[in-house]
Amino acid sequence: MPALLKVENLRIELNTRDGISPVIDNLSLELYPGETLSFVGESGCGKSMTALAIMGLLPDKVGRVAGGRILFNGENLATASNERLNEIRGNDISMIFQEPMTSLNPVYSIGEQIAEVLRRHQALSNKAAWSKAIELLDAVRIPDPQSRVSDYPHQMSGGQRQRVMIAIALACEPKILIADEPTTALDVTVQAQIFDLMRDLGRQSGSAIILITHDMGAVAEMAEHMIVMYAGRKAESGPVQKVIESPRHPYTQGLINCVPHLLAELTEERPQLAEIDGIVPSLKDFGRDECLFASRCEFADTLCRSQRPPGFDFGDDQIAACWRAGEIH
Amino acid sequence: MSKLKPPISGQLEEEFKAQSPMMEVWSMFCRNITAMIGLVIVLIVLFAAIFGPTLYPGDPFEMVWAPFSRPGEEGYLLGTDYLGRDLTTLLVHGARVSILIGLSAALLTVLIGITVGAVAGYYKGWVEELLMRITEFFQVLPTLLFSMVIVALFGASLPMITFAIGVVSWPPVARVTRAEFLRIRELEYVTAARASGVSNFKIIFRTILPNALPPIIVQAALMVGSAILFEAGLSFLGLTDPNVVSWGQIIGSNRQYILDSSYTVTIPGLAIFITVLAISLVGDGLNDALNPKLRKR
Repeated sequence: MPALLKVENLRIELNTRDGISPVIDNLSLELYPGETLSFVGESGCGKSMTALAIMGLLPDKVGRVAGGRILFNGENLATASNERLNEIRGNDISMIFQEPMTSLNPVYSIGEQIAEVLRRHQALSNKAAWSKAIELLDAVRIPDPQSRVSDYPHQMSGGQRQRVMIAIALACEPKILIADEPTTALDVTVQAQIFDLMRDLGRQSGSAIILITHDMGAVAEMAEHMIVMYAGRKAESGPVQKVIESPRHPYTQGLINCVPHLLAELTEERPQLAEIDGIVPSLKDFGRDECLFASRCEFADTLCRSQRPPGFDFGDDQIAACWRAGEIH
Repeated sequence: MSKLKPPISGQLEEEFKAQSPMMEVWSMFCRNITAMIGLVIVLIVLFAAIFGPTLYPGDPFEMVWAPFSRPGEEGYLLGTDYLGRDLTTLLVHGARVSILIGLSAALLTVLIGITVGAVAGYYKGWVEELLMRITEFFQVLPTLLFSMVIVALFGASLPMITFAIGVVSWPPVARVTRAEFLRIRELEYVTAARASGVSNFKIIFRTILPNALPPIIVQAALMVGSAILFEAGLSFLGLTDPNVVSWGQIIGSNRQYILDSSYTVTIPGLAIFITVLAISLVGDGLNDALNPKLRKR
């Protein structure tokens, strides 16, 4: 089966005050129909940039694709015209954003906002689009869709708005759904519902999902493949089960250790929460020929500080970009 | 007391019914007493402008009685002016022209202002630089002088006066629109719209503009008032179509007799004053109703 989306050696450069820095450096990935791929990493390591690049929505005049290709069904999106991208966006590839409170337009009813996508991409009539909007609201499990369809965004809760966003994103049964931290702004109880919903609807429509998150639990539950990003580079990638069971990159290990565990018996002495010391290097250091994680890594030696590690293959598609990955495990 | 209040349950139900944003603004506006007074006066003036000439038919320029007959004395409600013309008829016919110029000049102002501001605020970069420099160029011109030049050069017809007023008063609208666009274009629902394949044109006019409208509407309401004042100023200086009557023109033609028969100037002046005040009150009420920060008070 050919890959639905293939990213080859993608390099995205951002103009900053200190000059040009590569926020995404030599990223490659493949996404197959119906598959769920997850991006994991701290804030500021390029997860959202990748998503925006695939959508062709990099911030004007600040970011640009400097090298590599983004192939969607063989078509290079990095060089496609804006008109062509507008046909693809929302129809073949659609996106859910982090902030459901602000990602719906406050002046239109939610039904109107769902119907608009349908009219634009599927050329449905007003009436057909409206009744499809009601169906979609029902599909995302909003109670009483018949009357809620004419509600305005401010009349809905955060979880309901995110459901509406999902309804808009899935309205045209896209081939790829990109979810950029879809549950970060929501209550824990609602998070699970949203993930369930995305998984069920993704299966029904056969959409592949790119899930961007820093929630390891969500990754384990949702995705088949994962990519751990650090400072714009791929730190580790592979099948979720393999990576979580035997992480090779010290950063992946750190991320997994950071997931807090619930203890049934609480004692006076609370267990210390694990953390990864230090912070992500600043943008101006992103292009350096060294392992960018070295400054925070307990295993780092002189090789790590003088040369960028290539990806080492550990079988089953698991690749870790770490000089010492072989010894650490 | 025999007056019973209606059962409260019905009222509550109405209160909690889903309201569209426009309905919410309207109910907010209705609660503002001064704004409602302004609206009533504006409606009366509009009524006079539309139906007045039918109620007071005849040529307003026709001499009907001896000049300088004082208000109410010889059977003429507001008296006659220096040529013996009925002031009431003049005033009612003048309302039509003053309101028409006010509305159409404000419309022109808003059209130019929104287009320039929206394009500048949405595209940013050199487009914005260029458009804002042009806006500033118009802003530093002395407005009355510039419109006098236009009218003097191209003739004092109504469309030209409207154009002259519109072309000098759009910069504030453009600036407000640009500021709103700069703010809104960074919001997530605009990115979401782009992510669902909406074209730039539709993002400007369907996604962003409705959200940018509240301050523009307020500006536009105030523009109507200032356009009426502007027209009065121009016609006071004699830069007006001598074949149509407007409030400013009545003042202008009677200005020599301001000491002997002050009513000929005072009455149309009051008409302008009250109308512009009422429009400002409406604009102010709209400002309160459309401002979400004041809404929950």
